[in-house]
Amino acid sequence: MKDMTHAWRGFNGGQWKTNVDVRAFIMDNVTPYLDDESFLSPPTERIIKLWEQVQALLKEENARGGVYAIDTERVSSPLSYAPGYIDATLERIVGLQTDEPLKRGVNPFGGIRMARQACEAYGYTLSDTVESQFSYKTTHNEGVFRVYSDTMKQLRSEGVLTGLPDAYGRGRIIGDYRRVALYGLRYLIDHKKQEKAHFMTQSMDESTIRLIEELHKQIEFLEKMGEMALAYGDDIFAPATDSREAIQWTYYAYLAAIKEQNGAAMSLGRVGTFLDIYITRDLLENKITEAEAQALMDDFVIKLRLARQLRTPDYNALFAGDPLWITESLGGMAEDGRTLVTKNTFRFMHTLTNLGPAPEPNLTVLWSKDLPNAFKQYCAKMSIKTDALQYENDDLMRPIYGDDYGIACCVSAMRIGKEMQFFGARCNLPKTLLLALGGGEASGLNIPGIQSVGQGVLNYEDVIKRLDETLKWLCGEYVNTMNIIHFMHDKYAYEKTQMALHDANVHRYMAFGIAGLSVVADSLSAIKYAHVEPIFDAKGQLESFKTTGDFPMYGNDDDRVDDIAVWLTERFMTHLKAHKTYREAEHTLSVLTITSNVVYGKKTKATPDGRASGEPFAPGANPMHQREKRGALAALNSVSKLPYASCKDGISCTFSITPKSLGQDIEIQKQNLAMVLEGYFTKPSHHLNVNVIDPKQLVDAMAHPEHYPNLTIRVSGYAVNFCKLEKEHQLEVIQRTYHQSM
Amino acid sequence: MKIYHIETLGALDGPGIRVVIFLQGCPLKCRYCHNADSWSMTSGETYTVEALYEWVMRYEVYIKLGGGVTFSGGEPLLQAKELLPLILKLKQRGIHVAVDTSGGVYNQDTEILLQTVDLVLLDVKHTDASAYYDLTCGSLAPTLKTLSFLKTHHIPYWIRQVIVTGIHDSESQVKALDRLTYSSDRKKIELKPYKPNGLSKWPASHQHLCLNVDETPDAVMNQMMQLLESD
Repeated sequence: MKDMTHAWRGFNGGQWKTNVDVRAFIMDNVTPYLDDESFLSPPTERIIKLWEQVQALLKEENARGGVYAIDTERVSSPLSYAPGYIDATLERIVGLQTDEPLKRGVNPFGGIRMARQACEAYGYTLSDTVESQFSYKTTHNEGVFRVYSDTMKQLRSEGVLTGLPDAYGRGRIIGDYRRVALYGLRYLIDHKKQEKAHFMTQSMDESTIRLIEELHKQIEFLEKMGEMALAYGDDIFAPATDSREAIQWTYYAYLAAIKEQNGAAMSLGRVGTFLDIYITRDLLENKITEAEAQALMDDFVIKLRLARQLRTPDYNALFAGDPLWITESLGGMAEDGRTLVTKNTFRFMHTLTNLGPAPEPNLTVLWSKDLPNAFKQYCAKMSIKTDALQYENDDLMRPIYGDDYGIACCVSAMRIGKEMQFFGARCNLPKTLLLALGGGEASGLNIPGIQSVGQGVLNYEDVIKRLDETLKWLCGEYVNTMNIIHFMHDKYAYEKTQMALHDANVHRYMAFGIAGLSVVADSLSAIKYAHVEPIFDAKGQLESFKTTGDFPMYGNDDDRVDDIAVWLTERFMTHLKAHKTYREAEHTLSVLTITSNVVYGKKTKATPDGRASGEPFAPGANPMHQREKRGALAALNSVSKLPYASCKDGISCTFSITPKSLGQDIEIQKQNLAMVLEGYFTKPSHHLNVNVIDPKQLVDAMAHPEHYPNLTIRVSGYAVNFCKLEKEHQLEVIQRTYHQSM
Repeated sequence: MKIYHIETLGALDGPGIRVVIFLQGCPLKCRYCHNADSWSMTSGETYTVEALYEWVMRYEVYIKLGGGVTFSGGEPLLQAKELLPLILKLKQRGIHVAVDTSGGVYNQDTEILLQTVDLVLLDVKHTDASAYYDLTCGSLAPTLKTLSFLKTHHIPYWIRQVIVTGIHDSESQVKALDRLTYSSDRKKIELKPYKPNGLSKWPASHQHLCLNVDETPDAVMNQMMQLLESD
């Protein structure tokens, strides 16, 4: 306990000392900050030099087609690589995923075929060493396909259920990386051992046996994490004693996780305010200056901006822009009414100024009406300047998840270290509607009771009945598919490091999703309020529709159609809940597409709303492109009606507006944007990506990417570097509605 | 009431963010009009006071934070009598109300309306009667009456003026506008560049009247704004 006395000097409270309880530590020691950004420091000489080197590397990575290098010789793990540095003389926060910056490791536990394809896509060949190691191993992907039914395979290949994590790491798990800094590994390992011993006294049913084995793996990987840090010269078995160590320990924990797992979204959690406590103590003890504190945060963020995973081109089409979703949740309020905004919340966001805008880390502001006004104004200013922030409604989430939750990926809330989720990608809803109308035969699917509609104008009541029957059947298949995927993921690609930074007993969510909500809402509205006739091809297969007359469209604050969208989410959720989940997970649903709205649209024939075959869907819960006729707030009001109660895995909305439409100068624009955010989150709305940009700039960036190396734009729950997107994604982003003044 | 269009997020027509309700019908035919299809009183969507009030209230959480509602057009004063009950209802609810007008309609109803709103955005178009007529096919007289009514009744107003090359971009014209509109109730004077678009909305019979001038260059706009600041 000698370690602890020094490490915890000056900290208040006691409950967190005897139990792993980071939240209690924060509540006992947080220093809320109510003032503005004027205290912030510019980058130090050291950071400027370091960042110059990194920018050269990033440029080179781009020149090499997006992948700097791949280590094909070994399988990525916390201990596979010798310590790597950018420039050891300039770094105070150290640690790279491999032995060189931007070099990507290979992680075949999700599926060896994907790993092989990913290497080949960039001109590399997976080594014989790795190939032969995995010829004796079952991967997650192999496990899943041993059990999938023909119908599941069919739903997958037809693109009805799509993007499923059955060939790649599921991600969306947030380790409580702060625990390593606060307690040190020795304490955490001892604690895990005690827990394990406790479960060993219980009767050995399947779930207990599984849990004990998981705890065994967790302990093993905490030891490995410690060894990894020792190679860099740091003993993280002991707790952090100052701000450099707190940041460094937290980062080591995250680093070990991304070395061990190639998960789709590897989010950071909510570390900013936690780290503020250490920085505040160092400032009080006169150990560092504000400029040094900022430099440590800049250094940390530089490391996060270098994080990479190796992925296939197919994967990139769904999740464009090479994202890792290193989501950091900022701000929010404590349950006792104090704000959790600290000076370090500002420092985190200030990295966008010191290092320039970038998509990672995925900075997510937890917005509450009670946030300090100066912070709200600063957020608005940074959104206008960088287009790199997203906002989520703390007043909506706090009553459900408490005040120490974080966002995984884009919009998935979970209590840090206490809850995790089974990620489930999404169902293509417009395709489901087409199945309900055309029957499943063409795709070889036998949907009980559903035959093709036949000729003639569609009857709304009949269509609703068909759609509901189809959803009922599909949701059963969806839950079962997910159960298989996550059983196998736990079995063959268990997240040892991240789960080691959770309590032994966690609450699990099973996160289902829907894509194309606005397309289906508008299609049903067309069937109800206009005339829609199906058109069949020579073989009698449903080909397209003839739609005549006007109909209300989602995105105009018109209840006639918005209610249909609400109904869809509620029905989907009801049907999901009828089926039992693996490990008693709680069913949740998201209205989120990532960038898969482009691929899904491409694979979906024409729909009754007038959307042409192959045309992209709108992203997330957005209205279809250019269908909003009454301005931005009407569009936002439509989205606000979607019930979070049925969509607890998040409702993603991307809002884009030209700077001039927000006001004549930055001061007014800032105030007005803050009012938009305030109003939006007073409604029970969930999420907002904010872009303040003139689309002409994006058109210009397509022609002259060299002029826009840092052009960042929020796409769907995350941000991308615009110039790194494929052309079809760039075009879709440009086609979106940019609200402008008349 | 006849409505031309509703824009739920306006940030340029008064303070804060505003629901902007564009009323149908206008007595003028400005040669640089962007919404020529708003002139006729026979088109547009009909709304009751209750329906419009209900619509605005959907945005109350946004506009009560320092913004409000702006009635624009067309020419909103053309429907002053119909509009008044709605404005009173909004005022009762504590919502800031502005009216964006050319002042080109002046009567007892407009006098009451002007005294009811919180802010008037007045677009004078031109200070010289004959140039005014050439530009708008209308008379400057009612606008001058509106302006003097604002001054005598101490109603806060902003002056807004579109700068068209060859018509407004001279020192004498900008200074004349400044002199004409000055009073302690003038809270702001805004010059906006002319942007050539909107011809497609003009009735075919009038298209020959639509101005064919280039967008006012930024340099000219800066020069004109400096003239105002130098006073």
